[in-house]
Amino acid sequence: MTNLVEISNVHFQRNGRAIFDGVDIVIPAGKVTAIMGPSGTGKTTLLRLIGGQLRPDQGKITVSGQNVHTLSRKLLFKLRKKMGMLFQSGGLFTHLNVFENIAFPLREHTKLSDDMIRSLVLIKLEMVGLRGARDLMPSELSGGMSRRVALARAIALDPQLIMYDEPLSGQDPISMGVLVKLIRTLNDALGLTSVIVSHDVTETLSIADYVYVIANGKVIGHGTPDAIDQNKAAQLRQFLDGLPDGPVPFHYPAKAFNQDLLEGIVT
Amino acid sequence: MLSQRTIESFVGLFLLAAIMALLLLAFKVSGLTSFFKPAGYDVSASFDDIGQLKVRSPVKVGGVLVGEVSSIVLDPSTFKAVVTLHINSRFNEIPDDSSAGILTAGLLGDNYVAITPMYSQTFLKNGSEFQETHSAMILEKLIGQLIYKLSNSSDKATASTSSTEKPAENTTASSENKTEKPKATIAPVSGTPKLEKPKTEVTLHENN
Amino acid sequence: MMTHITALGRWGIDTLEQLGKAGLLLFRVIFRVPNVKKGLPLTLQQVYAEGVLSLLIIVVSGLFIGMVVALQGYHTLAKFGAAQQLGPLVALSVTRELGPVVTALLFAGRAGSAVTAEIGLMKATEQLSSMEMMAVDPLQRVISPRLWGGFFSMPLLTMIFNTVAIYGAYLVGVKWLGLDAGAFWSNMQTSVDFHADVINGILKSIVFGLVVIWIAVFQGYEATPTSAGIAGATTRSVVYSSLAILGLDFVLTAMMIGGW
Repeated sequence: MTNLVEISNVHFQRNGRAIFDGVDIVIPAGKVTAIMGPSGTGKTTLLRLIGGQLRPDQGKITVSGQNVHTLSRKLLFKLRKKMGMLFQSGGLFTHLNVFENIAFPLREHTKLSDDMIRSLVLIKLEMVGLRGARDLMPSELSGGMSRRVALARAIALDPQLIMYDEPLSGQDPISMGVLVKLIRTLNDALGLTSVIVSHDVTETLSIADYVYVIANGKVIGHGTPDAIDQNKAAQLRQFLDGLPDGPVPFHYPAKAFNQDLLEGIVT
Repeated sequence: MLSQRTIESFVGLFLLAAIMALLLLAFKVSGLTSFFKPAGYDVSASFDDIGQLKVRSPVKVGGVLVGEVSSIVLDPSTFKAVVTLHINSRFNEIPDDSSAGILTAGLLGDNYVAITPMYSQTFLKNGSEFQETHSAMILEKLIGQLIYKLSNSSDKATASTSSTEKPAENTTASSENKTEKPKATIAPVSGTPKLEKPKTEVTLHENN
Repeated sequence: MMTHITALGRWGIDTLEQLGKAGLLLFRVIFRVPNVKKGLPLTLQQVYAEGVLSLLIIVVSGLFIGMVVALQGYHTLAKFGAAQQLGPLVALSVTRELGPVVTALLFAGRAGSAVTAEIGLMKATEQLSSMEMMAVDPLQRVISPRLWGGFFSMPLLTMIFNTVAIYGAYLVGVKWLGLDAGAFWSNMQTSVDFHADVINGILKSIVFGLVVIWIAVFQGYEATPTSAGIAGATTRSVVYSSLAILGLDFVLTAMMIGGW
């Protein structure tokens, strides 16, 4: 089994705050890999690093053997055609309807005839079950539907790797179920490699083949969903079980409560 | 959303409107004619002083527009301004002994070239030159002339000056020392008979 | 004291950095091999959005400004008995100053702010990022057509504004105040020079158009992707554009009159 993406010893800072402090992750080809962690741990940043939109301060990221951050602009764009990314908000073009949104990457990167593009778009729409919604504008879609459209657009060029940024957050149970099923079936049917970034523990564990948990800029645990579930590390347990207090404190760092109250009286 | 075809036709209309606007600006507003110079012939005239005459100033005969000034250069040896006039070929029977003068439209208007026709049976043609020219009247010079004459006449009849003329006399008297010298230079250069002539022409023109 | 100096220094460095980024953006958009087949339809769409849709406000403002200048000018000129010079007064002030400047100010308010808000929103809703991840360069697909669209629209709008304003003055001067139409036009024609007045005015408008749309595009592209950030960027776009127009107008006028 080969690894499609390898992240080794990546350090990344933003505004002087270390977001990653030596992260190593390998993403095997053909599998669904989940990257989990509390909000604000830079999961989206990780996807942008893989996509080459951000540059790590230190470390190396390779996608299908090519170092993303030493590629020329032209080669990077070529590599990106093999990647699809589903943004948290969908990122649909608001001035184009559903059909044109999905046709966009095809029109930009291929010289196919209009008939061919139409067929391809309809195939993708059929996969996500929205063939009937092709003439709607993005503003007329529900949150779950616009994610499915964005998913259809992300797979329009038949990429090898598809990255999902919080695909499940903020969805009702039905659309969550639909998305979970879609992610799994697309991965298996198209032979994709999927990376899911999420903090929805149960759903993510149910579709992932392999799980990484990151917190405080480091990988705090990884393994198959079963192995993760059995792991006894306190930090991991707090995240997975959703405990309000633990290694990640309930209180934002502050001085002692008594002292704070007294100061208010004095002044 | 509009189709690409509709958008393109709107942009086309927009462009057309702008081009028409530019044409209006060019021909109706700025009277641009130098791109399409009407057929005609060039004649030249030398002036001592052209005042505010500019390229594209009108050339008139009896108040009717017959052409325009096409260039103004300074003759390096005589220090006269050589003005080339482009005259419409419709007006090809202007006698060659005609005179050219620089007049002012109204009291403070722009200068233009007026051609006063004479009686010769040969006509102006391309490359001809006016033999007789009248320079532009410069208001300051005229005023200087006036003051000179006034002070002369007031010298002769000092007692007869009324109270209203007193302030004027006072100012001339106070600046006598300064104005004396310019007057001396003006008079020989332009010469009184020469200055008299355009004056009559102005009145003639105003009668028209 | 030290903190103030530090703050001033930081502000200076930030401003320089912004200027540098804006320059780079312009450079990367202009010095790029254009893709005529894909770029032309997109640019035409933007000429429509920025130019054709601004026409109404331009025409209406032009008409009223021409009428007001004629009315004001008539009463002032009439005091000196020079009402016949109304045509030159209006034509010169419109073609030299009012046309380019007012059109540019209106353009900044109508089209510039819209472009800033649109690009800022595309950034906030991750449309630009997803475009980038689809291996489509947003500079080429989004920024460049908007920049060229504005660049082409501005002089065209100015020509239309000038014409409409002069016609508005004609309405007031000739049709209402009863000046002679022949004198109105012929006095105008003798005083207005096509190169010195009309063409120089249009040259000004080309410079203004580029600056306005450049500021608009840059503010949108660098906007903080939040609602407050986009609101701020839109405001800055209009304010900076207006200041730049008025400042540049002085410089350009000085250059044109000084004969540089």
